[in-house]
Amino acid sequence: MSTTAPHARRVRGKGAGLGLLAWLLGIAFFLPIAWMALTSFHSETDAATNPPSFAAALTLDGYREFFGAGGGASPWPALINSTVASVASTLLVLLLAFPAAYALSINRVRKWTDVLFFFLSTKMLPAVAGLLPIYLFAKNAGMLDNIWLLVILYTSMNLPIAVWMMQSFLAEIPVAVIEAARVDGARLPTVLARVVAPISLPGIAATALICFIFSWNELLFARVLTGVVAETAPVFLTGFITSQGLFLAKVCAASLVISLPVLAAGFAAQDKLVQGLSLGAVK
Amino acid sequence: MTATTTAPVAAPRTGAPARPPSARLRAWATRAPLLPALIFMIVVTQLPFVATLVISFFDWNSLYPDARHFTGLDNYQEVLTDPDLRHSVWTTVLLTVAVVLASLVLGLVLALLLDRRFRGRGIVRTLLIAPFLVVPVAAALLWKHVLYNPEYGLFNGLLHYVGGPQPDWISSTPLLAVEASLVWQWTPFMMLILLAGLQSRDHEQIEAARVDGASDWQIFVHLTLPHLRRYLELGALLGSIYIVQNFDAVFTITSGGLGTANLPYTVYQSFYQAHENGLASAAGVLVVIGSIVIATFALRVVSSLFREEVSRA
Repeated sequence: MSTTAPHARRVRGKGAGLGLLAWLLGIAFFLPIAWMALTSFHSETDAATNPPSFAAALTLDGYREFFGAGGGASPWPALINSTVASVASTLLVLLLAFPAAYALSINRVRKWTDVLFFFLSTKMLPAVAGLLPIYLFAKNAGMLDNIWLLVILYTSMNLPIAVWMMQSFLAEIPVAVIEAARVDGARLPTVLARVVAPISLPGIAATALICFIFSWNELLFARVLTGVVAETAPVFLTGFITSQGLFLAKVCAASLVISLPVLAAGFAAQDKLVQGLSLGAVK
Repeated sequence: MTATTTAPVAAPRTGAPARPPSARLRAWATRAPLLPALIFMIVVTQLPFVATLVISFFDWNSLYPDARHFTGLDNYQEVLTDPDLRHSVWTTVLLTVAVVLASLVLGLVLALLLDRRFRGRGIVRTLLIAPFLVVPVAAALLWKHVLYNPEYGLFNGLLHYVGGPQPDWISSTPLLAVEASLVWQWTPFMMLILLAGLQSRDHEQIEAARVDGASDWQIFVHLTLPHLRRYLELGALLGSIYIVQNFDAVFTITSGGLGTANLPYTVYQSFYQAHENGLASAAGVLVVIGSIVIATFALRVVSSLFREEVSRA
């Protein structure tokens, strides 16, 4: 007894030290975001000072400016475009990925692992590899600056991830449940909608969130293929790239507002996020 | 709709092997749910790449469409001999290796810290994930204007208090500036993967080693690291795939200037600004070849992880 007590105390002391270190690192990583949030509530003159003004008066001017009060471009069309592109492509992804995942996990096609790897391999084809032909096609077809072209491209970007994630979720459904439905004479659409979907709903939700995040974040396609009408939120943000000093609070407000949906979706799906990004390989 | 009306469906199943046409029909019925996704992917990703490949053999500037002609491998030769383009290949390698290694090491340290119990662990985890969830362009803007700016950026603001120098971060160390912002964004991702790895360790084995008198360091080197190998590889490979393709940070922080243009940015520039369709396509094809090298390795790692899972099931 007398020998274990000091040892335990030592271990606990070390544990507290490491806990403190974790806290410090966590705060260090979060500091830029916290600073961005504070700056977004400062006036432009208070935002652009050295040394930084910690105690300056708070104001919503940055946000007012961002939403176009000062005569600048309104971000609403861009935010609406991003919402349409992200939501529509996420729905399309789910519509295509769900039956595919069924064919790869429950009622399996032959060589299903090869098919699965085909999907994964498309993820490794860099976006720039097809950008030019897509641009030329869009130009000839009159689809430049059209949000629905982005919907199609974002769907192809996220479909492999969705198929992989859903495949791993569906593979966990007990076969007996599906067999029972089939013996009862249910056809495939019924089985999918009434049996498989309800069981795998949490997995489907996580997949949807991840697809939404990726679509919302995408810049390269949106930058090249959209212009005035179909501009998305990240493209809107690129308008701030060269703005110097004068608009710091506005830049911070804009960055935060546009990141907000992703932050919310990401915090909601923390664990599934890893699984989705590592394409179902890590659980 | 009511499921019970067509009950006899299960009965004729047993006689199937004797009738090949119905077997073929059933095979198609099995394949059918897969086809929409498969066809969609082939049309939207593979066809454009084939087109890129074809265009890469043409001398084609879209400002002079009439001068378009077949030029064989000239574009590839030009891409590989142009000093700017060669430099962008080197930049891509440097950027990817530096960011992946740094974020992996930092992510490992953070994952080891978060694997222990301490007060507020959930809050720290949430704080750490946040950088990964900021929209990439917004994160790049944050670093460019709010942190790096020499006059009012946070870094120099903090340095002011300790009387330190006031460097112009982006112009004095441009590539490092881009890399630091990417390490900040990607460390949380590495941490999450490695944390998942740490939490899947066999705790009885570790207890047994501890009872046998193994030190923390010995346990880390002989048990934890070998177990984490797969997860480290996975993090490195997925990180590489995303960072090789990075466009947002380079575009936003330096606009490809000061020697930071990587291949994706160069491809973007050569067709979006220089309108050199043939050259851009050749560069694009080279990016793909580079990615295939990484990807072959990546697929092997992922497939070994995957097989492990299948055999477990």
